Formats: sequence, structure tokens, C-alpha cells
Amino acid sequence: MQFAQQLTQQIVNGITIGAFYALVALGYTMVYGVLKLINFAHGDLFMWGAYLGLTGVSAALVLLGGTTPWVILPVVVLVMVTVALAGVLVERVAYRPLRSAGRLAPVISALGVAFILESLARNVYGASWKTYPPGLTPSGGLILPGNVRVSVMQIVVLVVSFLLMAGLYLFVHRTRIGTAMRAVSIDHDISRLMGIDVDRIIMIVFLIGPGLGGVAGMIVALYYGSFDFTLGWVFGLKAFIAAILGGIGNIPGAMLGGMILGIVETLGAGYISPQWKDVIAYAILILILIFRPTGLLGERVAEKL
Amino acid sequence: MATLRTRLQRINPLWWQIGLLVVALLLPLPLGDYYRSVLWRTALYIMLGLSLHIIVGYAGLFQLGHAAFYALGAYTTALLNIYLGVPVLLTFPLAILVAALFGYLITRPILHLRGDYLCIVTIAFGEVVRLALVNNMFGITGGANGLSGIDRPVLLGLAIRQPIYHYYMVLLFLVFTIFAVRRLENSRLGRAWMYVREDEVAAEAMGIDTTRAKLLAFIIGSGWAGLAGSLYAAKITVVSPDQAKFLESVIMFCIVVLGGTGSIPGVFVGTLGMVTLPELSRALKEWRDAWLGLAMVTMMIARPEGLWPSRRIRMEIRAAKEEAMAAPASGD
Repeated sequence: MQFAQQLTQQIVNGITIGAFYALVALGYTMVYGVLKLINFAHGDLFMWGAYLGLTGVSAALVLLGGTTPWVILPVVVLVMVTVALAGVLVERVAYRPLRSAGRLAPVISALGVAFILESLARNVYGASWKTYPPGLTPSGGLILPGNVRVSVMQIVVLVVSFLLMAGLYLFVHRTRIGTAMRAVSIDHDISRLMGIDVDRIIMIVFLIGPGLGGVAGMIVALYYGSFDFTLGWVFGLKAFIAAILGGIGNIPGAMLGGMILGIVETLGAGYISPQWKDVIAYAILILILIFRPTGLLGERVAEKL
Repeated sequence: MATLRTRLQRINPLWWQIGLLVVALLLPLPLGDYYRSVLWRTALYIMLGLSLHIIVGYAGLFQLGHAAFYALGAYTTALLNIYLGVPVLLTFPLAILVAALFGYLITRPILHLRGDYLCIVTIAFGEVVRLALVNNMFGITGGANGLSGIDRPVLLGLAIRQPIYHYYMVLLFLVFTIFAVRRLENSRLGRAWMYVREDEVAAEAMGIDTTRAKLLAFIIGSGWAGLAGSLYAAKITVVSPDQAKFLESVIMFCIVVLGGTGSIPGVFVGTLGMVTLPELSRALKEWRDAWLGLAMVTMMIARPEGLWPSRRIRMEIRAAKEEAMAAPASGD
């Protein structure tokens, strides 16, 4: 009984973390879909979401002179817009000139952007751990049958993530722009012949991916309470692993991969050792790339990896 | 100007090399210990750059976890010296063997991956090695603090302590490295690497054992990084998991790619930009990551062949560009 209760508790926690991974993984997978590029800068855009959210919330609290959790809502929207615009800027400056330069040059450029963003964050905000002001997140929780605790914050996280993901799924599969996006991810030239403005579609992808990433950064920081400038790299790499696990370029795959990674990692930390948690994630990446490089839901790609 | 240039080119390259060596030997003499250490670090990173240059430059395999082998070499020296009392200089061959062995074990299963996928897996392996060292695997690696108290290397009864002697020791190994890398470049194996880099399928069709060629690139490059790690441990006398940090791997990768893929002078230029300059300027040191990143982005856009590229790579990239110009640009 004890064991079953503990296991369920771990899975509930794992699903929450998995939802974060899934939100960030969506950004990787969408960009990979249209550009075949590992956007290393995505993790750091996500981290900037956490920092900008902190600045926004602190400024709002000073202006209003009090603590009210509702300031989070406008700040979330603001962070989303800012990080989305930053994503578009990164694409315009660092990736678009390299569109025809083979596959390695954009990857190096993306790594370069990641380093710039991280260094900026460290020099602007300092290397110490940052904490959001207290009283912003809902406290309390529910006790499910079997003595499994679910906090209100976890429920909020899950509801918000699932709404965002469902919205994205519908957008990609039910709208004209979403259809164009899927066409571009198959072939740029033929999409152009069909009258699709490829550059505009890529811009929209760089609005949505980093936008979701920025929101995720802020929610992650609120959920954990504190963070520092290494958040982007560690979390970004794991989210990328989730994207590969689900099948890169595949949106439901990113969600599935995120969930699996979150659960496996939490179980590993609970039952094996918390120190080896990251190693488990890397081991999953290595195994999946050796044995099934297309991921769990990935379609058979014709090109050789 | 053109006549000066042709005149300079007519000089036997051997004289350039002798001149460079004389400068390298005399340079530390008027300098203080701090700058001698900077020289030592420069020479060490040139060696590391050359070891990665075999993998990335010649064979065209994107290794972004190279620092792991550097750390493995350093830890081999530290463990053998601290626990078993093996003299530091005698641990060098073993460090090379251990790093080369790990290079074989780690890359054997991932050889079939290409380009960005290989990048990602090598990052993951590098992080696994670092985390294993941090988590004090087998209880002997000293955790996050690493290991300290390595003996000074002893040569002919004399302990090597001062930075200048360490610099000369690294220089000795560096000269040998350059000699060996150049011999490799022109060997049967070296030509096979470049063939694999240019077109793997065609290379295979011509009868080159591409798996063997790629494995040998990883084994030789990793072993050489292990030697550099030992040289580091011999001077600093402390080793820590920070040596396997991703940033270190990126610095090595930048040395090769930004200096000029496939060219030995490129590795020199790359090291000056990525290691020596930040060492000399405090501001650049604080913003080193941003400087690295900026260099990566601008170089990829403005000069993808690197600062001092090999002639072959330069022609290749130009040809590819012209081809891209002739045909309408396409993303895939």
C-alpha cells in the first residue's frame, strides 16, 4: 500500500515536470520541423522568460504597492509577447542569412546565440539564485484517494499546459496557417510553388515556439520558487531530449516525450538516486538515437540521419 | 604588395617553422610568471585543438563532448599518482590509453549518426562523463571538488615546478603533435578521413572502410586529448569535473571551426581568439561566453570557412555558395 501510494505520488509529480518539458519541447520540435535545425537558443529564450517574468512581477508589485496574485496574468502575456519577438529577432539575425549554408552552420550559429543569451542573463541579473516574491502562487492542495497529494499549483500547471498544447494542436491541424506550416516542414520549394510565403510561416513558428517557451519559463520558475542562469541549458537540453524521444518534428510526439521523460526521471530520482537523474535523461537520449532515431511517434524519414 | 607576397611565399616553409619555434622558445624569457602561464595555456589549448582537429577537421565528425577525454586523461594521471604513487611522467602513456579506450567505447555505437544528431549525442556523453565524476563514481573521483595533491613531474631527479618549464614541456609535446598531425594528414589514413568528410557514400564505394577510418579518428583524437589532460594535471596538480564542462568542449570546437576547419594554422588562430585573448583581457573574460557566441554567429554568417582555412575547405565552401546562388535558395 505504502509502495503504491508512493509510486502514484511520484507519477503525479513526474507528470507536472513532464508538462514543462512538453511545453519547451514543442518549440524545438516546431523549429526542427520547418528548418531542420536544432535551435539551441530555445532553452535560453525559455530562461529569459523566467527572468523577464521576475522583473515584470517585481515592477508591477512596486507600482501597485502590495501583493496580489492577479498581477501574474498581465505579466504572463507580456512575457509571452516579448520572448516571442526575441525569437523572431534571433531567427532574422542569426538563422535566416544561413538558410542555404548547409546544416552545420546554423547549428553553430544557434549555439552561439545560446551563449550570448546566457552570458547576458548572467551579467544583467548576476550569477546568484533568484526567487519570485512570495504569495504569488496558490497554496493548498487536494488529497486524492490513496493518500496522493496534488497541489493547486500542480493542477494549474497541468490545466494551463494542456490548454496551450490543445490550442496549438488545433491551430496546426485546423487552420490555413497550420496547414501551410505542415507543408513547409515537408518541402520549402513546393510550398513556395503552392503560393505559401515560406519566410512568413517560419516567422510565425518563431513567434509560437519561443512564446510558449517564455510562458513555460515563467511557470517553471514559479513552480520551483528559485532559479539561476543555468536553467536554460539544463532544462533546454532535457526538453530537446523529450522532443527526440517523441519523434522530432512531431507535435503530439513532443507532448508524449515530455510526459515520459518527466515520469521516468522522477521515478529514477525517487527509486535510484537523485544525483543520477540527469544521467537517466542523457541515457534515454543515447539509447533512442542508437536504436530508434525517429523517436516513438516519428514517421520514417527518407533521408539518412 | 603582390610582389612582396610572392616573395614571402617563395621562402621555404621550413624557415617559417624554425622562426616560429625560435619565437616560441624565446617568448617567455622576458615575461613574468602570469604571462608564462598564459603561454602555457595557449600551447595546451593548441594541442587540444589539434586533437579535435583530427576528428572535426579531417574526418568531419562533429564532436561536442571532447572535453570529456581531456578530463579522463587528467583524472587518470591524478588517480595513478595519488593512489598508487606512479610518477607523473609515467602516467602519460596510460592516460593516453585510457582516453583512447573510452573514445573507442563511447563512439563505437554512435558512428552511424551524422551531423547534428552526432553533435547532440556527443554532448550527452560529455555530460554523462562530467556527472559521473561529480557524483564520485566508485568513490574515488573526489566528487565536485575533484582530486588534489598530485606530485610534481620529476625529470632526471629535478622536479618541474615553474611555469616556464611547464611551458617548455608542453611545447615539446606540441611540436611532436604538429609533426604527427601533419604526417597523418598526408598518410593513407588522412586521405581516407578527408574522403569520408567529403562524401561518405563515395568513399565507401571506393573501398575505404569508413567505419574503421571514423573510429580511428575518434580514438587518436581522444587519446591525444588525454595527453593534454595529463599535462594539465602535471602543472595545476588539481583536477576537477569542471574540465569536462560543456563550455570547454565548445571552446575546443570553436578553436577548430572558427580558426578554419581542416587547417593547422587555423587552430593557432582559433586558440589565440578563444583562449589567449580572454585570458589577457579581464572584460573579455567576464563576457567570454558572449564573446564566444558572437564570434560563432558572425563567423558563420560572414566567413563560414574560418579565419585561416585550408585551401580545400575554402574552395569547397565557395563552390557550394556559388551553387546556392545559381539555384534559387531553398531550405531543404
